[in-house]
Amino acid sequence: MKYTEEHEWLTEIENMVVVGITAYAAEQLGDVVFVELPAIGTTVAKDDEIVVIESVKAASDILSPLDGEIIEVNNAIVESPALVNEDPEGDGWFFKIMPSNRLQLDDLMNLSEYQQLIG
Amino acid sequence: MKSELKTTPFNDLHIENGATMMAFAGYNMPLNYTFGILKEHQHTRTQAGLFDISHMGQVLIRSQSWSALAQQFEKLVPQDVLNLADGRQRYGFLTTDTGGILDDIIFARRKETLFVVINAANKTVVIRHLRDQLQPACCVSECKDRALIALQGPKAEFELSKMNQKVVGMQFMDNRSVELNGMPVWISRSGYTGEDGYEISMPLDVSQSLVRALIARESVQLIGLGARDSLRLEAGFCLHGHDIDVDISPVEASLSWAIPKVRRKNGERGGAFRGESIILGQLINGVSRQRVGLMPNGRSLMRAGVTLYANEKDCHSVGRITSGGFGPTIEKPVAMGMVNTAYAKPGTGLFGDVRGKRLPVTVATLPFVVANIKRDQNQRIRS
Repeated sequence: MKYTEEHEWLTEIENMVVVGITAYAAEQLGDVVFVELPAIGTTVAKDDEIVVIESVKAASDILSPLDGEIIEVNNAIVESPALVNEDPEGDGWFFKIMPSNRLQLDDLMNLSEYQQLIG
Repeated sequence: MKSELKTTPFNDLHIENGATMMAFAGYNMPLNYTFGILKEHQHTRTQAGLFDISHMGQVLIRSQSWSALAQQFEKLVPQDVLNLADGRQRYGFLTTDTGGILDDIIFARRKETLFVVINAANKTVVIRHLRDQLQPACCVSECKDRALIALQGPKAEFELSKMNQKVVGMQFMDNRSVELNGMPVWISRSGYTGEDGYEISMPLDVSQSLVRALIARESVQLIGLGARDSLRLEAGFCLHGHDIDVDISPVEASLSWAIPKVRRKNGERGGAFRGESIILGQLINGVSRQRVGLMPNGRSLMRAGVTLYANEKDCHSVGRITSGGFGPTIEKPVAMGMVNTAYAKPGTGLFGDVRGKRLPVTVATLPFVVANIKRDQNQRIRS
């Protein structure tokens, strides 16, 4: 797994990359009550604001960690946003992206680097 | 900055219980505990939640007699103070000369004295106002030696009755002196969550043991300000500084119900309060904007500050959201706002600008969750 400074996790499955938010981020956000995901087929650039996530405390944007195309989104979290808190690094995933520049993956943190970030 | 924040007597207790702390009205307060806002909200609606509200101001006002005191205080509020029975309290508001709301308050008659609870954010301004306006006819003293908590929820009566059976007989808006665990407290049957419950004012030296004894009870959980906000929003109650303020009149705020006939035009003690001509005029002639409930049609939240429009294109706004969030009990986004009167009828469809998109929202009847309070048939006579 790879990690971003925005507290996203990324896992490569075949050619695609699955993206979600870390358990640490979910805990910090508090109870998630609304998620808006991008449309399938959207072409995105790294750092585009592509997901809106609202918790009882505040609204936040999730940035695209990579350039690429959105291949699949997890409608289960739109239906039941609590999944993001219950299983952030499993069933609470956000979207799958087909990266157009795989080199961007090399710039991301590994687990020990991420753990250092969150202290 | 953090070191400049004031703390309540329960600061250590909050931290021991895993609270996420936040700055609120100059105080370091618990936003939520390990439970989280949603679960804390649900717990209060189904069990009993204990809230530290010691940041709020507690003020005692005395004079030569009740009637002398009431006569003075009625100059500051459009409520009936004179006929308030001993051991009863009311919701009211201090008005400004321009008809706005300086603060919304609870005032209780305790024998010949008036006990007033004011909002934390307005403490300095309100106490100065009370002193300027009431002294020397009255003596105004802030109870800095008292803590204040609220115990709210359907199990509040049962849990508190284990400490003193007398609380069971109290009706909504009763205010009594009782002993809890052998300690003297001032207790009212009231709150700001829409649930049955109590607010308890107690001397600082007994506050720790009493609160610890309460949270040791099975159905009692500490609840933070996050859930306090969603509970009061579902109950349709105003938050001063958001839904009401010095630029919003009680009539615009849909709080006319709290202005009794006796203080209205042609009433026995009609008028003779600050901002009377504006407020009484509005009661007769109506207002151009009004506080209403708003229910977003979709799932996206509409928080305070969202601009409201009559349709998807118009560039003139017709109002704005003053409080908004997720309503855990009704499991939908809920909000309140100030809208032009032409758009204030329940069922009116409006649009809120959320992140640049106009999303549909419908004017709704308040409250979103009907209050569960203890009232008997004699209530009207007794109050």
